[in-house]
Amino acid sequence: MPVNFGATATDLIRFLPEIILTVMGTALMVLDPVLHKRASHAFGHLSIFALLAGIGGAVYAQSNPGTAFGGMLVVDGFATYFRVLVMVVGILTILPSYGFLARQQAETSEYHALLLFSIAGQCMMAAANDLIIVFIGLEISSISSYVLAGYLRDDKRSNEAALKYFLLGSFATAFFLYGVAITYGTVGTVNLTAIRAALSGADAPPVVFITLAAALMFVGLGFKVSAAPFQVWAPDVYQGAPTPVAAFLSAGPKAAAFAVFLRIFLTAFGPIGADWLPLVWMAALLSMTVGNFAALMQTNVKRMLAYSSIAHAGYVLVALTAQSDTGTAAAMFYLAAYAFMNIGAFAVVSHVSGRGERYQNIDDLAGLGRKQPMMAAMLTIFLLSLIGVPLTGGFFGKFYIFKAALESHLVWLAVLGLLNSAVAAYYYLRILVMVYMHEPGEAAGQTEPLTPGFRLALILPALGTLFLGIFPTWVLDCAGKSATLVK
Amino acid sequence: MNLLTLVLIMPLVGFLASLTIPRRFPQNSRAWALAVSLATFAQSLILLSQFNRNTASDQFTVDIPWIPTPEIHFHVAADGISLWLVLLSTFLTPICVLISWKHVQDRVKEFFAFLLLLEFGLVGVFIAQDLFLFYVFWEVSLVPMYFLIGIWGHSRRIYAAVKFFLYTMAGSVLMLVAIIYLYNRTATFSYAAILDMLASGKLTFAPGEQMLLFLAFFVAFAIKVPLFPLHTWLPDAHVEAPTAGSVMLASVMLKMGTFGILHYCLPLFPVAARRCAPWIAVLAIIGIIYGALVAMVQPNMKKLVAYSSVSHLGFVVLGIFSFTQMGLDGAVYQMLSHGITTGALFALVGFLYERRHSLEISEYGGVATVAPWLSTAFLIATLASIGLPLLNNFVGEFLVLQGTAMTHFSWTAWAAIGVILSACYMLWMYQRVFYGVTAADVKRHMPDLGLREWAAIVPLIVMMVWMGVYSQSFLPPVSKTTARVLEQTHINVPERVELREKPREKTREKTRGETEVAHAR
Repeated sequence: MPVNFGATATDLIRFLPEIILTVMGTALMVLDPVLHKRASHAFGHLSIFALLAGIGGAVYAQSNPGTAFGGMLVVDGFATYFRVLVMVVGILTILPSYGFLARQQAETSEYHALLLFSIAGQCMMAAANDLIIVFIGLEISSISSYVLAGYLRDDKRSNEAALKYFLLGSFATAFFLYGVAITYGTVGTVNLTAIRAALSGADAPPVVFITLAAALMFVGLGFKVSAAPFQVWAPDVYQGAPTPVAAFLSAGPKAAAFAVFLRIFLTAFGPIGADWLPLVWMAALLSMTVGNFAALMQTNVKRMLAYSSIAHAGYVLVALTAQSDTGTAAAMFYLAAYAFMNIGAFAVVSHVSGRGERYQNIDDLAGLGRKQPMMAAMLTIFLLSLIGVPLTGGFFGKFYIFKAALESHLVWLAVLGLLNSAVAAYYYLRILVMVYMHEPGEAAGQTEPLTPGFRLALILPALGTLFLGIFPTWVLDCAGKSATLVK
Repeated sequence: MNLLTLVLIMPLVGFLASLTIPRRFPQNSRAWALAVSLATFAQSLILLSQFNRNTASDQFTVDIPWIPTPEIHFHVAADGISLWLVLLSTFLTPICVLISWKHVQDRVKEFFAFLLLLEFGLVGVFIAQDLFLFYVFWEVSLVPMYFLIGIWGHSRRIYAAVKFFLYTMAGSVLMLVAIIYLYNRTATFSYAAILDMLASGKLTFAPGEQMLLFLAFFVAFAIKVPLFPLHTWLPDAHVEAPTAGSVMLASVMLKMGTFGILHYCLPLFPVAARRCAPWIAVLAIIGIIYGALVAMVQPNMKKLVAYSSVSHLGFVVLGIFSFTQMGLDGAVYQMLSHGITTGALFALVGFLYERRHSLEISEYGGVATVAPWLSTAFLIATLASIGLPLLNNFVGEFLVLQGTAMTHFSWTAWAAIGVILSACYMLWMYQRVFYGVTAADVKRHMPDLGLREWAAIVPLIVMMVWMGVYSQSFLPPVSKTTARVLEQTHINVPERVELREKPREKTREKTRGETEVAHAR
């Protein structure tokens, strides 16, 4: 395919968020010697500024949607939705990071720079219309995430997390790349729209190869979204990674990977939907079941949230199984709701865990309701949302997903999924039990008072969760309009 | 603003406002909760006075679009059944505030806030006319009760709270599947619209489909009722809950289940309901007898009252599945009576507990000599619970038994055993607690009813007598609505099922006349 690499102004505007984030990330590293020690909070402020600018850029780019760089990138509602989502995730990650990094005495610019790079990669994934761009975005996002997972150098678990994440992640990326190669070999193009055209044309290539390619990409992306049976890395990485990073990993890269998932499987591989469908529903069912039942046994909060995030990936896969616009919109809505509630929950954990992240067990949350009533109330909102109690975003997310599944006549999958969510209620309730129904333990007694910044880090996701639960229309409209994708 | 919405919104506003009361003023939290709940009750009395008793249609309707896709409305309205259940909720909430006044000393602000939130959820469940909205309230009412049991309960409170939450949740997710399924078939959540479609024949279910949908709804409701064998959460929840929690749970929350069966299961899935009726009746009868037998051997007063609830609610379910006007009337009447009577019993047991700090029957004895007024109040509640004529439960039980007898006499015969057994366990408990030798401990710790306790218990006793003596104040709106429900259960019922009911139609007319005579007495 002849591609003209000379970028026009329109191309650049459509690439604006990535440009802003990369420039600011680099600038942060350059500024490090100037700002370090003297004003370490400035890194956080600058990153938040960069992300806000990035959101502005994404919204501005949306005013003139279309493809860029010869069809490799596409700015449409779908892309903009996910770009804004991952950048909001970034802001919500940085807010609790201030206090966290100060406690661990690890305030550096590279934390924030890596975060910005990772988000830039995710924005690219969201806007990718070409398997190569998907791959590049995936790598930018992943490599920054590997480093972030090992950010606390002196912590053995953090190192273990980074190594594990890196090894398994590279392995998964290789699978993905192999799938890309086979696709190119079979269809002769890596452009998603072109693949779709080729697959739905009269002289469609042999379905065996394409299905194989789809399966290989499914493995690669399944790893990124921590869907079973590719989930084994998640608990160790979430446990070992610094808590705000774990929060980020559970929301940002996951949302971007799902964006790619939806785009590749519904746009490019849409015509062979019946062939890959069994893969997805098996993974969905397995993720929900493995995630929820394993979470029942956990004593470490971060591990438990990791397993819960596996289960939630399963719910989103159910939406993918529906193979419909409603399903896509449901997945998009769910990822937004999930980002708010999960980051909020992790923020509470990061605050309670204290210096050196000593307090990570569920028991350590005992009596939080007495010592920190405001934080406990916020945590309650997040957990009720994770359970899926009405008037929270989590409930509407589940509702739309299972509605989409039922519309596509997947009654049994919906029933099993919802029963799964009843199982899940048990382990979330365990946390609530600890918070409200036990006397304060050592950890709750030592929790530092809330700083205004951290209050914001709790209130924003809580408001987001409630907003999505009471007025889901606005976000759902955005999702619904852009769910049609580029077909 | 619409009256009904006001009754719904006031507790919610009260809840939100009470969150702003500083923790160091517990007395303000109490007073605020009392003021809000009394104002809500007053508001619901105005509602009652404006309720048109001559029609079976929904009243005080409010229908505001909430979410456009899928179309969900904030649609509330009251009919003859939900009106009384709303009043029951608003009537009991201030009483619960009163009985918790001194009982709750820890985290006072949160306790009363949750009580108001609970009232909001309960009222909402009864008046929602949109299936989605109904589900929202159904789940919302779960959360405050979970905290009420889990934080302010007795020693095994956590186990009980979690069990309560999970049981209800497991049932309600099935209901959610059924609700979404219905939406995908009808493209609406509006209950009235779905019923219209059923009535006009636009919407029909295949037999298997209808059965599965019916079961999905029914299991969720049956857990809440609770119907044997899904009742095991109830004794735990009741025993461990604080007094106000037990009262709200027994008096109002269990009615969510029977209300759901009556209001949703029967009209939506009449064929499946009729087909399942014999099985459900058997379970109800087992519940009646089993609950009574288990209650008899309980050493713990609260557990005894809890099991008596299983038994009494069995009557309600039996009445509903008799598919007779009288059976349905009786079921609703029994729902209300049980709310008042069991609420009073739990409150009185709570009073005893506050004095003696024990729920074991064996720890008491001879209370009547030291606290005669308390004993008298307890006796009235006990007699009401047994079903003594001129007190409320008698009317409900009688109507249920009469209604059931019209179609299935054997059911009545079995269920009547429960009435006898209830006299056994209640009177035996009364005897052991209030008569006999007064232990020294009891003598020391047993002051008679205080002013606050009088204020809580007298309204309940007045209601017991009123409902027992003059049921006509309450029954006409109920009959209007149950007649409508009964009519709906005849729609789209295949000929085969219809025929089986026909011959009994005549007896129904005849006996109805007779009971009305009996009734007027």
